[in-house]
Amino acid sequence: MNNFREYLQARSVDEALELLGSEENAALVAGGTDLLLDLRQGRHPFLDRLVDVSEIAGMKHIVREGEWIKLGAGVTHKQIISSPLLQTHARCVVEGCGLIGGPQVRNVATIGGNVAHALPAGDGTVSLLALDSEVELVTRQGSSWQPLIEIFAGPGQVKFDRTKTILSAFRFAARQSGEGSAFHRVMRPQGVAIAILNMAAWVRMRDGRIDQARIACGPAGPRPFRAYQTEEYLVGKTWDESSFEEAAQMMDGEVSLRTSAHRATKEYRHYLLPVLLKKVMDRAVDRAGNYKVE
Amino acid sequence: MTNLQFEVNGKHYSLEVEANEMLSDVLRERLGLTGTKISCGEAECGVCTVLIDGAPILSCNYPAVKAEGKAVITIEGLAEDGEMHPLQEAFIKHGAVQCGFCTPGQIMTAAALLQEKPDPTDEDIEYALNDTLCRCGTYPMITNAIHAAADKINHGKPIDYPSFDFGGGLEQVGQVVPRPEAGEKVTGEAIYTDDISFPGMLYGATLRAGYPHGVVKKLDVSKAKELPGVKAVLTADDIPGRINHGEIFQDWPALVGVGEKFRYVGDAIAVVAADTQDIARQALELIDFVFDPLPIVNNPVEANQEDAPRVHESGNLLKHIKVNKGDIQQGFEEADVIVEDTFFTPTYEHVFMEPECSIARPLEDGKMEVIVGSQIPYSDREQVAEALDLPLDKVRVRSPLVGGGFGGKEDIAGQIHAALLARATGKPVKILYDRHESLLVHPKRHATQIRVKLGLKKDGKLTAAQTELYGDTGAYASLGDKVMGRATTHSTGPYIVPNVKVDCYAMYTNNPPAGAFRGFGALQAAFAIESIMDQVAEKLGIDPIELRRINALRTGAITNTGQHLRESVGLLECIDKTSEALLEHTNGEDPFISRPVPGEPNKRRAWGFAVTFKNTGLGEGAPDNASAEIELLEDGRVETRISSAEIGQGLVTVLQMITAQELNLPLEQVHIYLSDTDLTPDGGPTTGSRQTYISGNATKFAAINLRNSMLSTLAEKYNLPPDEIVFDQGVVRVNGTELSFADVGALMREEGRVPRLTYDYSSPKTTPLGEPGDKHFAYSFAAQAMEVEVDLETGEVRVVRALGATDVGKAINPLGLQGQVEGGLIMGIGHALTEEFIVEEGQIVTDYLSRYRMPSIHHVPEEIQVMIVEDPTEDGPYGGKGVGEISTMPVLPAIANAVNNACGVRFKSLPIDQDWLLTQLKKNASAA
Repeated sequence: MNNFREYLQARSVDEALELLGSEENAALVAGGTDLLLDLRQGRHPFLDRLVDVSEIAGMKHIVREGEWIKLGAGVTHKQIISSPLLQTHARCVVEGCGLIGGPQVRNVATIGGNVAHALPAGDGTVSLLALDSEVELVTRQGSSWQPLIEIFAGPGQVKFDRTKTILSAFRFAARQSGEGSAFHRVMRPQGVAIAILNMAAWVRMRDGRIDQARIACGPAGPRPFRAYQTEEYLVGKTWDESSFEEAAQMMDGEVSLRTSAHRATKEYRHYLLPVLLKKVMDRAVDRAGNYKVE
Repeated sequence: MTNLQFEVNGKHYSLEVEANEMLSDVLRERLGLTGTKISCGEAECGVCTVLIDGAPILSCNYPAVKAEGKAVITIEGLAEDGEMHPLQEAFIKHGAVQCGFCTPGQIMTAAALLQEKPDPTDEDIEYALNDTLCRCGTYPMITNAIHAAADKINHGKPIDYPSFDFGGGLEQVGQVVPRPEAGEKVTGEAIYTDDISFPGMLYGATLRAGYPHGVVKKLDVSKAKELPGVKAVLTADDIPGRINHGEIFQDWPALVGVGEKFRYVGDAIAVVAADTQDIARQALELIDFVFDPLPIVNNPVEANQEDAPRVHESGNLLKHIKVNKGDIQQGFEEADVIVEDTFFTPTYEHVFMEPECSIARPLEDGKMEVIVGSQIPYSDREQVAEALDLPLDKVRVRSPLVGGGFGGKEDIAGQIHAALLARATGKPVKILYDRHESLLVHPKRHATQIRVKLGLKKDGKLTAAQTELYGDTGAYASLGDKVMGRATTHSTGPYIVPNVKVDCYAMYTNNPPAGAFRGFGALQAAFAIESIMDQVAEKLGIDPIELRRINALRTGAITNTGQHLRESVGLLECIDKTSEALLEHTNGEDPFISRPVPGEPNKRRAWGFAVTFKNTGLGEGAPDNASAEIELLEDGRVETRISSAEIGQGLVTVLQMITAQELNLPLEQVHIYLSDTDLTPDGGPTTGSRQTYISGNATKFAAINLRNSMLSTLAEKYNLPPDEIVFDQGVVRVNGTELSFADVGALMREEGRVPRLTYDYSSPKTTPLGEPGDKHFAYSFAAQAMEVEVDLETGEVRVVRALGATDVGKAINPLGLQGQVEGGLIMGIGHALTEEFIVEEGQIVTDYLSRYRMPSIHHVPEEIQVMIVEDPTEDGPYGGKGVGEISTMPVLPAIANAVNNACGVRFKSLPIDQDWLLTQLKKNASAA
């Protein structure tokens, strides 16, 4: 069905902003795996204009800039899983994006699209959160970096004005000695391909103890979730059976899990929480311990 | 409109395209490259995969304008200099092609993989093909084919056919041969209905009720008619003939008129024909349709209650089916132990990869031609003729290739609507369902509730079996009474039971209709009986395999329906073979004990076991006939013609082999022409695993008669006794002279004989339930073992290994047989682990493919061992009987039994729900 009128390919961020701003009923689109399908299946109201930002050269970089690793929002999942730089510095993102779709979807689906869709259980989003990522938002007035965790307003909702803003890049700190990350998720074999629960962890180990930890998971509330209390508890602990049990209990109290029809019960998600926590923390701690910056 | 400049298969194009045109639209409709198929249209199935600048993408959800400046390769562009890509050759030789509809997508995805990883591992293949779906379940063969292609590319190793330890024995029948139509399927030349178009063709769309039960109060189509581009809007008033259709009971209105009742969400209210599909769909929104809702009947048990709302005026009971044998009361009195339980199976969806498509075209002589991928062309002809009030000979139904069916293309879909619109407009009209509409409309597998009560002696001998079945046939009968009939007779298993009582209620509800689906009721029954047999084994302390062996049907036994089995009962051999192979896998250990997984403390593994049987053919008194026409063509080829459907199962290959066998011809000299009601006689429905037997026999006898006719011409001409005339590899030797088939044909024509004849074959007689005699003329048997791994922390279940034996009578087409067994097994894994068609209050929740998961290559076990038992049946062709359905049936209970063995949780309803499984494990742990 004819659910949009124009499909325009932007070649630069400025052009995209111009195209977005000059038509009232317009939206950005990247890989099209979410919005385009919603439009074509009548779940999204008619749009006069779609502005495709997936081929903006300036949004397709994966680079190291000093102490930052920068990732353009137009980077595809395929680019992510093939990037040696990310393999080293953002293992959890590589793991998260490697589980999405098949090669056909990974070739077009972008990390920016995944995050901008604002699903509480977006695999790319949750893995980026564990790296304490920042996001670059560009408007005609200029650009600014903001903590990724702060852009989400609710399921599918962001705090910035989608009709005037482009989410153009992500950045997070380059990996230092003693740091490691991991991602894991549990899927339901029946029904939609959204994680029942996913989780990403990042740790910095010092002398066998956790110096700092970051844990993100979803769906654990209306927005992608960071387990700050649990992270704080873990500081200074060794990662062992007893710290795991305490952390699991703490995180269980911190998250808000619910039953979603045809997908999972709240109870099941509570069962999965410690299983995922152990899995991602085990791997993150293991990776941290093995990593030294030359 | 935007100008698009791009390259396709090395050729530059400049086109004006619309913003909302997808790349697949441009390829298929503008460039005529119909090798790229559309199966889901929602970026879920991978079938539409093409390469863009070398990378695979889904062309169904890729705006064409994005291809600007890029190079696209489609399946048509893969061959180089007229030589097939090694993948194409390997797919043919390894049997990785069945219905062929997904084949272009599989090959393109595999081609991209080989670019990136020239020598991929099994894991690489699984990762790359994980989202490219094949409902025929050719994944194991695809994996083999990719390896073979890689070996050819990297090491120059020629691609060979696989070999099997079954089949053989004859010159043609039993040999490993390619499908005759495989070449076109791997190159994209294969034509399915939607690949056909005609000048001036219009596009149809259908207004659906959208609510499960109600009365049409108002229907005003005037605004829709005014929309520019709309050529016709039709309602029930515009049907000149019979309004209702139906395979057996004509209870299903082609269109529901004002004052009439609709009974499920997919009921058709009006149909539109317009210049484009978009206009036709826009027109639907302009139809003023108002209805009075009625209370909804949700399930078959509720339907049978006295105060239930009535779906049909005659009530909600389609049929009460009974089986009685011996004295059930006495049987239970004799029992030492009685076990009773209730099982549930959900609605399942076929997901044939090719969605329904019909094209109707008025011909010059007042005839209506309907082009449709159908499982029953002659039934379509009859139903279209009745609706249009035309004599039968004024309707011609012909079928191009069919992209899968599994029972889901037996009923009318768009055939009548397209014909009505073509009649009204005088133009060809195409009605193509998208996946969403397909999921909403066509009949599904019956959801069932099956209560089983068994009585046994301490030594494990069954004394009594009582079952009560409820089947949800949905809004219309379709084949519901037959399906539930098969569920009834198979509900006590392939066992000798002296005392039997079965009551089955096939009930109407306001759910989507349920009809034929591979396994045809017997699948649901097998889940129940084979689950409870394991429960019984545990209770009696008898090995589950031994319990089956004790009770197994064997030659000389009397079935629960009173049939004396005189021959071809290979069940014990299937059990023995599977049992031996199983013990080899476990080094003699009990396979049913839960075992830890080394290095994975949270996982347990165990095997599960099940046996099944399945009738071949219609049976129970239904006349089961097929007619085949055979002709020796002037060029010396022989053509066999029959209206029997090739839906991926390999019938063309089988008929080609049989024709070649009887005439001692090379396969290339035999052509099979199927499914054209003007040119091919009726082979009957493609259902009930019947075509190899019925159409196979018709073809065999037709070929024998042609041979005899050729012999008699030659015997007269050369004045020789016929037995001195030798048919040898495509030539005939007479008195030292070698005659080609063309020569013999010319001789026959010279003497005024047309070398063309028809053979009308009728199966051995069967009798209805309750009457003495054979209920079915043949049964296939199977034993299946499945090994599962359960994650005790997450409840996740996966199948690790599978091995089983199937008695098929005779392996006529070994490559096709292997594909049917593997594919059936994978469908069984899907039914057990991934599939669930959800309907709530008559509304369909799983209305997109993204919500209904069929198994992917990821679900294929690490090892599949296919064993074939060939216990021939006297009247089957070369001893052969059916196999299409049985391969799926034992898989469901074998998996459920394995899960129980691995972790002590018994699933009495499907699919296996990891959420529920983990909850049970937690309960069990806290109770312990």
